[in-house]
Amino acid sequence: MTQSSKSATPLMTREIKAGLDLRESTVTDAFDAATWDMVVSLGLSQQLTTGKVLTDLAEAGRDDIVVCTADLGRPTQVVDFGRRFPDRYFNFGIAERNMIGAAAGLATTGMLPVISNYSFFLALMGLENIRNDICYTNLNVRMIGTHSGIAMGFYGTSHHCCEDIGALRTLANLTLMAPCDGNAIRAALTTTIDHQGPIYFRTGRGREAQVYDSPPDWRIGGSNLLREGKHATVFAIGNLVKASLDAAAILAKEGVDLEVVDLYSIRPIDRDAVRRAAKMHGIILSAEEHNVTGGLGAAIAEVIAGEGLAARLTSIGMPDEYSLLGPPTHLYRHYGLDGEGVAAKVRSALSV
Amino acid sequence: MAARQVTNTSKQDLREKARMIRREVLRLTDICGSGHYGSAFSIAELLTVLYYQLLNVRPDEPQWADRDRFTMGKGHAAIGLYPVLADLGFFPASDLDSYTRLGSPLGDHPDMKKVKGADFSSGSIGHNLSVSVGMALGLKCQGSPGRVVCMMGDGEQTEGQVWEAAISAAHWNLSNLVGLVDINGAGSDGIAQETMRTEPLKAKWEAFGWDVIVLEDGHDLDQVFDALNRALNAPREKPCCVLAYTVAGKGVSFMEGTWQWHLGFLGPLDLDRAYQEINSGTIG
Repeated sequence: MTQSSKSATPLMTREIKAGLDLRESTVTDAFDAATWDMVVSLGLSQQLTTGKVLTDLAEAGRDDIVVCTADLGRPTQVVDFGRRFPDRYFNFGIAERNMIGAAAGLATTGMLPVISNYSFFLALMGLENIRNDICYTNLNVRMIGTHSGIAMGFYGTSHHCCEDIGALRTLANLTLMAPCDGNAIRAALTTTIDHQGPIYFRTGRGREAQVYDSPPDWRIGGSNLLREGKHATVFAIGNLVKASLDAAAILAKEGVDLEVVDLYSIRPIDRDAVRRAAKMHGIILSAEEHNVTGGLGAAIAEVIAGEGLAARLTSIGMPDEYSLLGPPTHLYRHYGLDGEGVAAKVRSALSV
Repeated sequence: MAARQVTNTSKQDLREKARMIRREVLRLTDICGSGHYGSAFSIAELLTVLYYQLLNVRPDEPQWADRDRFTMGKGHAAIGLYPVLADLGFFPASDLDSYTRLGSPLGDHPDMKKVKGADFSSGSIGHNLSVSVGMALGLKCQGSPGRVVCMMGDGEQTEGQVWEAAISAAHWNLSNLVGLVDINGAGSDGIAQETMRTEPLKAKWEAFGWDVIVLEDGHDLDQVFDALNRALNAPREKPCCVLAYTVAGKGVSFMEGTWQWHLGFLGPLDLDRAYQEINSGTIG
């Protein structure tokens, strides 16, 4: 063993070891530890409704929809669209940049290409192609970046994507939204189908807890107030919407009334919702499965600072470092991205 | 307006069109003080044959759904395309005078949102064959007779994405797609094959599943027409790649075959000489 590796900080610190229960279920109630297998476990990705929604739209007469993926049609759940409409389903193999460019080319001919791919290979590897081929040209391409944040757990940091919002938020012409569950994906895809210009939808792995019982109200630049509260407001996206609702339930027992808003439209952002929270109590939290640098919290901070709102912002998210690997729920707990973690941040925000 | 006709275009007319392209490249580069002479001169005959003989386009209906598409992977040669588009009537010739000036639609690289007749934007080398694959797929989806020609540079052949696109075009048997590689030998840093060897390109494109036509002299109008006509109009089951061997800076003696004039700016004396050589030249 070299000197440097001896002196390195062990990743499995005593604190991490003490917090582990290796027997516990790590994802949802439906999770079976025997089904982590990539294909068998796909049934768990119930919230990835992209394929179902696109099939419904195509069957209802949208014959311009074509689906593009890069060897990830199964895990991103669009393969059924391909079975139903094989002539309008293009699997590019592991060639993301080619897929992005071809989607742009398809859009120029009047088709409506929908890319469904893991967010880290789509938004991060393909950033320059998204910028030059889709956004600069302002083409009607829909991108679904799945498995964002740390949802891929122990597949490791290469498969985590905590940088996509920061990168995509700087692309002119791009609308950036984060549907947090299957019903939100349905609302997002359906209501924006005729939008002129590119849209990137940031989604999870599909194993998230369901938030909406039916497709919610959805508009570009909108948000959904899920729980009213008078002491503080948390603006959440993705997995953190459910975590924030859990936090509100925990805090309610302590007499703290937390407002929870699904701020699904990241760009453009719902400035009215931020103004409202600032005016009401001025205690604002952002909650996202993304680096606290450059993400939703930064977008909210720009509104607060830019408009001179009287509000204090606490950003909940991933620290500005590369994530550990581990089972997803262990990671969420470790990084404070679950109900208890959000509740703790709210308590400290209120005590300052 | 009907689709352009192949017939009744004399070789003398075509030579004059190519001269016009080269003269305009000199004139427009003089506006901004820097330009890709070498890259534009090498494609003058290719552009001439494509736009005045082969491509079905409608200048008064630039977005005509069934038109043939032309994309430029080597977008830095757009200065050679603009005079053609203006000459055909896609936009007023006077627009050329604004080349590269603040707010002009015409920059060093083409912008599809600003330039009528430009079928896609470019500037980032290696993107446009992928875009063209998508266009070819979309045209096939819609049963359109439109075809897609993607012009690339030989330096561009080092981009990995080109080969991703090549694989996919062969996989989907995109017989409505033509790749046109302008092998002028010059790159930004030197002789393209010395910077990074990409030859043998014929064997590579064939191995990737494309029909390949080798155009030995990309400045001989008869050879150019024969190669591009076969690429576009011969029945085929696969995409087709035309490997066009050209001369960087063709038409101006002190630029020909040198990589140094890939990008540059002519002083007044050399500019006069270049105009004279182009006007008196008999290329093609």
